Amino acid sequence: MSKLFPHSLTKGKEPFFVDHKFPHPENLRLSTHALSVYIGGNQILKFVNAEIPQNKITCIIGPSGCGKTTLLRTFNRLVDTIEGVKLEGVVMLGEQNIVTASASELTEIRRVIGLVPQRPCPLPMSIYDNIAYGCRIHGISGRKKLDAVVEYYLRAVGLWDEVKDRLHSPAGKLSGGQQQRLCLARSLAIEPSYLLADESTSALDPISSRTIEELFVKLKKDYSIVMVTHTLRQAKRIADHVIFMYMGEVIEEGDAQQVFNNPKHELTRKYLEGSFS
Amino acid sequence: MRRLAKDRLAGHLMALLTITSLLLVVAMGIGLYLKAAPILQEHSLWELLSASEWKPMKNQFGFFPFLMGTLWVSGLALLIAIPISLLTAIFLTEYAHSMVRRFVFPFLDILAGLPSVIYGVWGMLLIVPWVSNVAGPWVQRNTTGYTVLACGIVLGVTIIPLLVSLFIEIFSNVSHELREATFALGATKWQTAKHVVLRKTAPGIVAAIVLAASRVMGETIAVIMVCGNLAIAPGSLLDACYPIPALIANNYGEMLSMPLYESALMFAAFILFFVVLVFNLFSRLVLKKIKE
Repeated sequence: MSKLFPHSLTKGKEPFFVDHKFPHPENLRLSTHALSVYIGGNQILKFVNAEIPQNKITCIIGPSGCGKTTLLRTFNRLVDTIEGVKLEGVVMLGEQNIVTASASELTEIRRVIGLVPQRPCPLPMSIYDNIAYGCRIHGISGRKKLDAVVEYYLRAVGLWDEVKDRLHSPAGKLSGGQQQRLCLARSLAIEPSYLLADESTSALDPISSRTIEELFVKLKKDYSIVMVTHTLRQAKRIADHVIFMYMGEVIEEGDAQQVFNNPKHELTRKYLEGSFS
Repeated sequence: MRRLAKDRLAGHLMALLTITSLLLVVAMGIGLYLKAAPILQEHSLWELLSASEWKPMKNQFGFFPFLMGTLWVSGLALLIAIPISLLTAIFLTEYAHSMVRRFVFPFLDILAGLPSVIYGVWGMLLIVPWVSNVAGPWVQRNTTGYTVLACGIVLGVTIIPLLVSLFIEIFSNVSHELREATFALGATKWQTAKHVVLRKTAPGIVAAIVLAASRVMGETIAVIMVCGNLAIAPGSLLDACYPIPALIANNYGEMLSMPLYESALMFAAFILFFVVLVFNLFSRLVLKKIKE
């Protein structure tokens, strides 16, 4: 229990999210069954079956336009923001079908499945409020509690020492790499079980990008991370599990070592060899 | 060579036109001031602004009622229009389906483009009787209906389409990524609108309100039709009023044989000019503060 509720470490008391709708977070398996996504009549995902392993880094790879991002954004239903989108099939989070979730269930699902955006995107508020925002919208308040949360997660992403003297200055003034770590801390602060990362290092310089990668590797102890990546090298560096997609279908899924060294499918082999991208 | 010359010529010409329009503002201010000078020589500025008696025949020119009329009416109009416009714009940008938007936008544009005399007629036909028959009796007051309340409502409605269009424009500029970032944290649409969209666009909102306020303060025709045109400083929403633009439009060209009358009206125009100018400059300061 405590690993999913790191806040309890900082407070030594009960976790902040005691009454949320998923009573057994350790059993929150995330998987899709015959998932199809249509956007404006085009079938973007075709009967996708995938299982996200717990406490591992799962990389979704594949050529541009193969549906990686759509799959990722179906997990927290951010696809809803696209006009004319239609979902079929099942995405299960524990006992909950994400595809049919109501608006109020969605807010809870999105708390459990966090997102690190593609480009750093700090909210128009202070560094402190960026972290506290998620807690506040989920009904957690109290100066002391929030202070503890902010410090804990800024430390978790290695940002605390850099910003502790200017917590109340606007987050937009941080550098790109710092902003991305802030976004990561912001996602962590609402105690998700899953982290979705949509090419979260693509807009960063190599050093910041490496820092984020290292953080992901460190975080998989407590979180299950699903990331979409365009760089095969990155996937090879950090993936434990790989999903290879092509034209809206999952072609191959499996252990990273196996997929990279010994792909079962001809398409996967060609993609890994760089025959197409 | 020729296209370079053309480019330079175009640049100079446009700069000249820009400067001309800027000078026009200054020239107007100076012109109004010169025209108003005679009355300022006879009466002190403070006397003109604070006196309540408006008897041009007896050489008494008190602008206080008109100043108050403008402030009451503008304040009420903004009080009515701002919340309605903000919520409408939030609904249209954050909640409404794109079909609804496509349907509503043309209507907003039509409403924003309607001549204000139409709003005035609508006010006379609907709002004035409503104030006289419903709002007045409700607080046990006898009123003709030609009141600050009617005027504020009509003016408020006049600027709602303008404000809504401006707000929508401003909200649409908030990046999609930012909205997604807060949705991804589990925020509802309302939380997103309140904490992120409104906060991000605060400077723009202020600027839009200033624009609307300037329009309200200068609105003339609709005001004349419903304000009651009584030169008394209003003490409540159910008193008649006489805002500055109405004073000028009603009287200019009529009794100009009277000494100082024209000068007095020019002074009124100058006050209006000055108030709008100061208001705009002040809002710049506020904007700068917010942006920091």
